[in-house]
Amino acid sequence: MTTDTDLELVSLTKSYGATVAVDAISHQFKSGGYACLLGPSGCGKSSTLRMIAGHEDVSDGAILLAGRDVSYLPPAKRGTAMMFQNYALFPHLTVRDNVAFSLRMAGVDKPERNRRAGEMLELVEMTTFADRKPDQLSGGQQQRVALARALITRPQVLLLDEPLSALDPFLRIRMRAELKRLQRELGISFIHVTHGQDEALALADEIIVMNNAKIEQAGPARDVFNAPRTAFVARFMGGHNVLNLPQGHIALRSDEMVVTAPEAGCIDGRVIGVEYQGTHVALTAEVAGGQEVTALMPDADFIKAPKDLGEVIGLHWEDRVAHPLTA
Amino acid sequence: MTKQFTAWIQAAPMALVLLAFLVAPIVMIAIVSFWGATEYSIYPAFQFDNYEFLFRSPVTYTVFFNTFKYAAITWAFTLVIGFTVAYFLAFEVRSLKWQIALFLLCTIPFWTSNIIRMISWIPFLGRNGLANSTLISWGVIDEPVEWLLFSDFSVILAFVHLYTLFMVVPIFNSMMRIDRSLIEAARDGGASAWQTLRHVIIPLCKPGIMIGTIFVTTLVMGDFITVRFMSGSQRANVGRLISNDISLLQYPSASATAVVLLVAVLIVIALLLRLVDIRKEL
Repeated sequence: MTTDTDLELVSLTKSYGATVAVDAISHQFKSGGYACLLGPSGCGKSSTLRMIAGHEDVSDGAILLAGRDVSYLPPAKRGTAMMFQNYALFPHLTVRDNVAFSLRMAGVDKPERNRRAGEMLELVEMTTFADRKPDQLSGGQQQRVALARALITRPQVLLLDEPLSALDPFLRIRMRAELKRLQRELGISFIHVTHGQDEALALADEIIVMNNAKIEQAGPARDVFNAPRTAFVARFMGGHNVLNLPQGHIALRSDEMVVTAPEAGCIDGRVIGVEYQGTHVALTAEVAGGQEVTALMPDADFIKAPKDLGEVIGLHWEDRVAHPLTA
Repeated sequence: MTKQFTAWIQAAPMALVLLAFLVAPIVMIAIVSFWGATEYSIYPAFQFDNYEFLFRSPVTYTVFFNTFKYAAITWAFTLVIGFTVAYFLAFEVRSLKWQIALFLLCTIPFWTSNIIRMISWIPFLGRNGLANSTLISWGVIDEPVEWLLFSDFSVILAFVHLYTLFMVVPIFNSMMRIDRSLIEAARDGGASAWQTLRHVIIPLCKPGIMIGTIFVTTLVMGDFITVRFMSGSQRANVGRLISNDISLLQYPSASATAVVLLVAVLIVIALLLRLVDIRKEL
């Protein structure tokens, strides 16, 4: 075992004829971390993951894992394992045989592979379902089985392709806590593809935001959310206002905006929307140049000084919360 | 009108058709199989003479053995060829347009009649046919090969030619239902192409294989015309036995043979259904 288990992408490219799905991206994933590839559909995040997994040919560039070039190795020889979006469990095999599949392919004898499959099922708390077929399981249970099947090969990197998208919202939140727990317990790298920024923020140590086949911004979750570098990132992460002011584009977190009396703030605006959100009230105001700005007020503050539609208000922010954007 | 009564009414037309054209004839055959016959007459009776004669005659066993032999060999060839063709269509041909085009190509032979397709083998396989003259001109053989036509070889060749499509269609159908991510998942788990075939594709194609098997075995076991044409009347199967009896107006004897054949085919199908549950497919 090498201590250097980092996964590195070196100017990785995927093109289908003239269309470029992934355009020369380079990134070094921290080993043992939870990374999320985040972006809208068609941004190249899934292609990137599938190239790392070995299910898509690399058009150009390289994938390095633990210092060796794995770009052209078959999936099972890379030290990665993939969990598929629809779980891709074998419908004709029991849960136990599904989990033990890769061991069976490797020629491990039956008592040994059943023992190890049993351990994995214990890890995901599915021991009691070992003899069932996948179609007798709920979505969440199928996902646990898929997870156990991917983990049994003891991969250095687990690749998850939109693992939570098939679950209902309640289960999604439970399963993401579970994923995070497993990742911490196992100490291996997880790379998780998602288009939900809340999912990425909740899970990731590191977020890689992709758009148009390129990486827009990568970094710790808090940095990406707090200091978006581009207007795209600010808008995609949500909770931000992107303002075009004479000094350039800036991003402002809506919860950092302070509502003041007219002409007492940095900018004036006319209220065009009031939305009650429970703990907060979202005030949308139209400012100079027809731009919309949203300010999140704690509900108690709003009740003390309610605003009506059409009312003119001032909006104030401190300079340190205004992040200049490059584009 | 109660719901149940409506349901009966809705099911009635189909039930009547089946009753009149399937159940009634079979019952009739079963009844006639107990009748008696002389050289010039048939008389109603309830006797086991026909069955006794059938089971006493060594010809019966040879002919039944032949029938099973044709069925088994044809099954083996149609399965291998049919599976390969279906695999190619389902997994190697990527675009739907080509899949449809190639699939239609497979059905082209069916645009002509069975008999014409059989007869067209004769000038090809005959003593001075295309196959023999080509082989001689290539120097592979010096004398025309005799067993190409009017032999078990030509009978089975014709069967395989006629019935492979009945294997291709259900297997292709099964294969198209296999989620492609399962193949990737197998690869991710370290399965070689062969292991994927053995552990994922074949098990998931079992219902299709079984339906194709039922088609082919029942068609081959019930056939008489192919055996007659392609063997030049030198080989016999049960179908020919029955057809001979009928041409001699020996209906009771023909019926008895038909009943035994029907039972034999039903036993084969029952055994096959034990192996695989095809209801999932339907």
